[in-house]
Amino acid sequence: MERHLSADAATADERAAVDAILSRPPSPWVGGERSPHALHAARRDESAVPPRDLLLPALRALQAEAGGVSRGAISYLAARMDLPPSDIYGVAAFYALLDVDAPPEAGASVKVHLCDDVVCQLAGAESLIAKLRDRYGAEGEPAGGVSWHRSPCLGQCDRGPAVLVQRAGTYAADIAIASATAEDVARAIADPTPAPTPPATVPQAGDASLVVLRRIGRVDPADLDSYRHAGGYESLRRALALGPESVIQWVTDSGLQGRGGAAFPTGVKWRAVASQAARTHYVVANADESEPGTFKDRVVMEEDPFAVVEALTIAGYATGAEQGFIYVRGEYPLAAARLRHAIARARQRGFLGSNVMGRGLSFDIDVRQGAGAYICGEETALFNSLEGRRGEPRNKPPFPTVHGLFGKPTAVNNIETLLNVLAILAVGPERFRAVGAEDAKGTRLFSLSGAVMRPGLYEAPFGTRLGAVIDMAGGLRPGRTLQAVLLGGAAGSFVGPEALDTPLAPAALRPIGATLGSGVVVVFDDTANLRHTVLRIARFFRDESCGQCVPCRVGTVRQEELVARLAAGTPRGSAADEIRLFHDIAQAMRDASICGLGQTAASAVDSAIRLGILGREGGPA
Amino acid sequence: MAPPLQVKQLPERIVHATIDGQRVAVPEGTTILAACRSQAAEVPTLCFLETLAPVNVCRACVVEVEGSRALVPACSRPLETDMVVSTRSKRVDKSRRMVLEFLASSVDMSLAGPDVERWMEEYGVDPDRYGPKAAAGADLDARAGRHGPTVGAERATAAQPVKVDNDLYVRDYSRCILCYKCVEACGDQAQHTFALAVAGRGFDAHIATEFEVPLPESACVYCGNCVGVCPTGALMFKSEYDLRQANQWDESRQTVTDTICPYCGVGCTLELHVQDNAIVKVTSPMDHEVTSGHLCIKGRFGFEFVQQRPPAAEPR
Amino acid sequence: MFGAGGGTSSYEEIENTDLIILWGSNARESHPIFFHHVLKGIRSGARLMVVDPRRSTSAQFAHLWLGLDVGTDIALANAVGREIIAAGLVNHEFVQKATEHFDAYRESVEPFTLAVGEELTGVPQDAIQQLAHEYARAPRAQLCWTLGITEHHNAVDNVFALINLALLTGHVGRYGSGLNPVRGQNNVQGGGDMGALPNKFPGFQNVADAAVRARFEARWGRALPPKPGWHLSQMFEAMERGDLTALYVIGENPAQSEADAHRTEKLLTGLGHLVVQDMFMTRTAELADVVLPSTASWCEAEGTVTSSERRVQRVRQALEPPLGTKGDLEILSLLAARLGFPWGMPTAEEVWDECRSLSPMHSGMSYGRLEALKGIQWPCPDESHPGSQFLHGRLWDDPVGGPKAGFHPVQHEPPVDQLSDDYPIRLTTGRRLDSFNTGVQSGRFSSPLRRPETLNLCPEDMAALGVGEGEAVAIRSRRGRIEAPVHSDTTLRPGLAFMTFHFPDQVNTNLLTVDAWDPQSGTSEFKATAIAVERLASAESSEPHAIKVGV
Repeated sequence: MERHLSADAATADERAAVDAILSRPPSPWVGGERSPHALHAARRDESAVPPRDLLLPALRALQAEAGGVSRGAISYLAARMDLPPSDIYGVAAFYALLDVDAPPEAGASVKVHLCDDVVCQLAGAESLIAKLRDRYGAEGEPAGGVSWHRSPCLGQCDRGPAVLVQRAGTYAADIAIASATAEDVARAIADPTPAPTPPATVPQAGDASLVVLRRIGRVDPADLDSYRHAGGYESLRRALALGPESVIQWVTDSGLQGRGGAAFPTGVKWRAVASQAARTHYVVANADESEPGTFKDRVVMEEDPFAVVEALTIAGYATGAEQGFIYVRGEYPLAAARLRHAIARARQRGFLGSNVMGRGLSFDIDVRQGAGAYICGEETALFNSLEGRRGEPRNKPPFPTVHGLFGKPTAVNNIETLLNVLAILAVGPERFRAVGAEDAKGTRLFSLSGAVMRPGLYEAPFGTRLGAVIDMAGGLRPGRTLQAVLLGGAAGSFVGPEALDTPLAPAALRPIGATLGSGVVVVFDDTANLRHTVLRIARFFRDESCGQCVPCRVGTVRQEELVARLAAGTPRGSAADEIRLFHDIAQAMRDASICGLGQTAASAVDSAIRLGILGREGGPA
Repeated sequence: MAPPLQVKQLPERIVHATIDGQRVAVPEGTTILAACRSQAAEVPTLCFLETLAPVNVCRACVVEVEGSRALVPACSRPLETDMVVSTRSKRVDKSRRMVLEFLASSVDMSLAGPDVERWMEEYGVDPDRYGPKAAAGADLDARAGRHGPTVGAERATAAQPVKVDNDLYVRDYSRCILCYKCVEACGDQAQHTFALAVAGRGFDAHIATEFEVPLPESACVYCGNCVGVCPTGALMFKSEYDLRQANQWDESRQTVTDTICPYCGVGCTLELHVQDNAIVKVTSPMDHEVTSGHLCIKGRFGFEFVQQRPPAAEPR
Repeated sequence: MFGAGGGTSSYEEIENTDLIILWGSNARESHPIFFHHVLKGIRSGARLMVVDPRRSTSAQFAHLWLGLDVGTDIALANAVGREIIAAGLVNHEFVQKATEHFDAYRESVEPFTLAVGEELTGVPQDAIQQLAHEYARAPRAQLCWTLGITEHHNAVDNVFALINLALLTGHVGRYGSGLNPVRGQNNVQGGGDMGALPNKFPGFQNVADAAVRARFEARWGRALPPKPGWHLSQMFEAMERGDLTALYVIGENPAQSEADAHRTEKLLTGLGHLVVQDMFMTRTAELADVVLPSTASWCEAEGTVTSSERRVQRVRQALEPPLGTKGDLEILSLLAARLGFPWGMPTAEEVWDECRSLSPMHSGMSYGRLEALKGIQWPCPDESHPGSQFLHGRLWDDPVGGPKAGFHPVQHEPPVDQLSDDYPIRLTTGRRLDSFNTGVQSGRFSSPLRRPETLNLCPEDMAALGVGEGEAVAIRSRRGRIEAPVHSDTTLRPGLAFMTFHFPDQVNTNLLTVDAWDPQSGTSEFKATAIAVERLASAESSEPHAIKVGV
């Protein structure tokens, strides 16, 4: 294909960063050097063209190398990958952690992303922002190679305020800090060897009666033997003995439903993929956990990475896939590192590769990191992102089980869902389904944060009352009263104190207009400014809409403007007029958006209006 | 070696379904949109074009399908056996109104054509419900999610200066509804030049050259096929733009004549739009199998030579 | 060989084939919308091979590019044919049933082993072999060519060499398989259709055929000479001899478009009487005794043109022509009246209907049907006929309908203008996307792509010459010397240079080119000139004298 490339040249470092990802040797035909052997004939060697799914890893490598993605670097990538520069630019400009505006000499730049989302707001994000503004100047303005930026939820809600430091150049690193002080940030900017991240907050750690979190605190996340001593790889052994068909039957019989938010029966999904005649099949672990308030999968990946690897291997075995991908959100550097380490160890010891556990099974896993886009948690957007495209969701049908990653039948599962499979194989479907509610079997992880004594990750059976879950975290701080709870994150709903007795299970939540979603429980006491929280949620959706379809692209903006008016007590016409307008906006987003983001973008605002947080006649108190 | 290939046609499967209470039978694979059009049920479309693969992003064509939680884009979804489709349910009408209203509230739809104007009327579009328009800004930023906090007093729009960076066509992205047609036509649906892509995200998503460079620095080859598919006048031939700026563009004074391109031997049909005995733009019919509506720079823009002749010399 | 001259397939078939070979064609730039059909074919799974000395923009879309040396097309085609035979890939059933002279062909290509092919063309043996095998094995294949085949002194032989390959493999006469010259100008095909050939009446009917002549004589009421006329190159020779002293040029600019421009201008100036009918005061018009200002036939007049897929389409008047001009038809009619043949002032449709009454292949193409069917592909013998999507289907009938198709053995002959120590660089010519021929039409719009004429050289040659981008150099051929800036071009290789004809007023490339012409078609060898490139003395350099680079 003819390619118009800019005259800007990539630096040697940029080229090296790209070459490290695109390891295949360049042919003279595609992006290689002009060769005397190709002056009288040239073949288009498709196998010499790096697969497009290496684009995002290459862009991430450029960001780490140069602190931005330059025009010269894109030219080089375009030549190497036989892609149009405009296309690569469009992809790079989609992701918040890739910078296409960086000055050419960005070199050793540092970007500090500060979470100012729902939970970190409760944890003092604004005061940290004020300090950074004093030290580093206005938002987004590089000073001394450092710039800071407000960020959506970084998934550290158990210990906010959270910061992600993106360091480029020689000491390139992504460093997550929580809870962060201005001094922590300064140290992360300057010190080439960052301080180790403190362990995640899992107050139940060590409790072997738990289903999903049972190994947390009992195994060394870097040590395969430690994992095996805790019963690791017994589930895979059981699966291999049962055969794929029986594994799917067990998972079906267990009643396991997806834990990412949609609650689709896992066994049904696996069977649909396994029964597709078309090869190749893929399994994908969706670890793009970005729902504000959610941090459960991060904790599991950081503390029990071998379990993720084992569970995905079982999924691959059951569905007939030989390749699995774990798509980890870009803001989780530690999780990605620990997973990569676990995969390398597992491969070394024959738990991955061409002969898994000596049983002739071929299966391997690749970890891919996102680059800052909530939408990529939507499964079809995740496929596009993994394939090196903009994270725009695809229309469904066709569903992923038929037409998924690379157009092939694909089973996508949330990390928590996969972990439950280990338990099902360990104890059998009957014992698994003995726990939980009538309509939801097993236990659920709750990312509990906000105005409670001990924020952290908790596991409790489905059907546990909301109040009981909050009590697990020590209840509210002394002297405070409950104002509201945000259930399910930004895509979820606010519920009031009257919901404390509601069991946390789908059927019980439906009458109060709530869902569990990804298991977010954010608690707001009487000191919280909920109007501000609702506005932050509206802004979140405006920022994170991919922009593809009209209802979501414009609807999220109109919603934000409307919420801003209501929050400020300056409605156009009466508050009732605004609420009527809101319902029109909400209905269009729900009915006509392509994907779940647009379809749920009005949910939290809707609940806030229902609860009277917004839109009471007469404006805010 | 085989004599002439006999392509064995599999017998066409027929799908039976219901559209607006009428039973319909169409060949398998027919989209809901095509089936509706065969029933003379009007379904508005903005991002759909017969010559391009559907991207189903505008959502103006949504219909209600019984049993489906969300509405369904008619342009891309095939009709299935026993589907029950409503093209004018309350939900459908509400969504269509909102899609048109969202667009009208954020971009300049004044050149989107008579159909769009009629639909806006029919579905009761009122963009002013969202407050007064914010003042025109600078170019949209490339970066995802970059915009200031809002107090909601004004409605954000895509308003921005017109990009005039060459003599052949201009880009007025304050009219862009992001239908992706230009990207598709520049890309693998026709021209394979890939000068354009979608960059940014959310409300800041926009059509861009690489790094937003002016067209002369981009891969653009000025075939004008993006202009040919643009439904809202966001992409406009400079000849038309200049006349509009001078208040002289007048379609009532224009004729459109089909002829054949004077350049190479491919035989592309040109539609010459003529006003006051001057060619003011050149298009090609979408339904002509030679061009599918597409041209090259010479056919599209190379007409000036007939208009730049000095008065004929007297024969010697 | 096949009778009427025209592409055998339609564009639609380019989209529905398994292999597309572009031979001597940079369609991506010269025929962009034809290339859209090629791209659709590739998207549907077809493979693309490009045979071109340059690794052109078309070649950059190809699965295989064969960068032969200029003027070695027959050697390459014969090597391909020999390999098809040697590998046992001949479509014997077709060859036996539908062709003749196969044995002579086999003998003629016998010396062209792959090794000889590589030696003569520069193309590696494995690439020649790959093209041969893929072409022979493809269920359907399209062989398309342009001026890279026809602007040679042995143009017709070049075409025969390609036709032989199609006969060998049966890639003609079936849906999806064919032979397609893609025409360089919008009505080259139509000119041929209408008998603007020295030996043909409209509809490719032979002037020498008494029965045909009789029909035309009956219609026109005049005896018609049976002797073919001259083609263009013969006309210039006749001028040189003094046999041709008056010339009437309609819509052509030979002073700038013909090879060896010095000689052309001398001959035109030496004419006793030169009449030029054109819409522009071209360089040729400046030399004329009489200039007849005419209109733009494609938008100021009515008529038809024929495209490369034999599709006759209507051109229509969209503009009122400028004052003082007249349409070509009106001028001819007025002239006829002055010359004593007052045939009145027929409309374009009346002229067309007369043509339909005399040319059977056009008979069914009424203006009404041309309008309704968006053009019709000939032959279209009557008004119930839909037109012909592809030609020569008869070759697949059993038994073959009509005469068999004959192989035409042809031998490789290098370009006339040979390389030597004094002229070591091969200059070839072509078009750029936004320009056309001498720029009379394309030069008038403001193209952002346009840049002035340059001598394109590969970076290696530029380094050897010690010239930088944009530096002016002297270019000499055996006929003339010009100066032009140098442009670095990685589609070239050492010893191969490229220029266009688009800017004759800036750089008159045709002062260099050779007027060696093909005796059968009259086309000049624009594609192969031997040149020397020298730095200008004024160029910033300590080098005292010119540097030559060789192959």
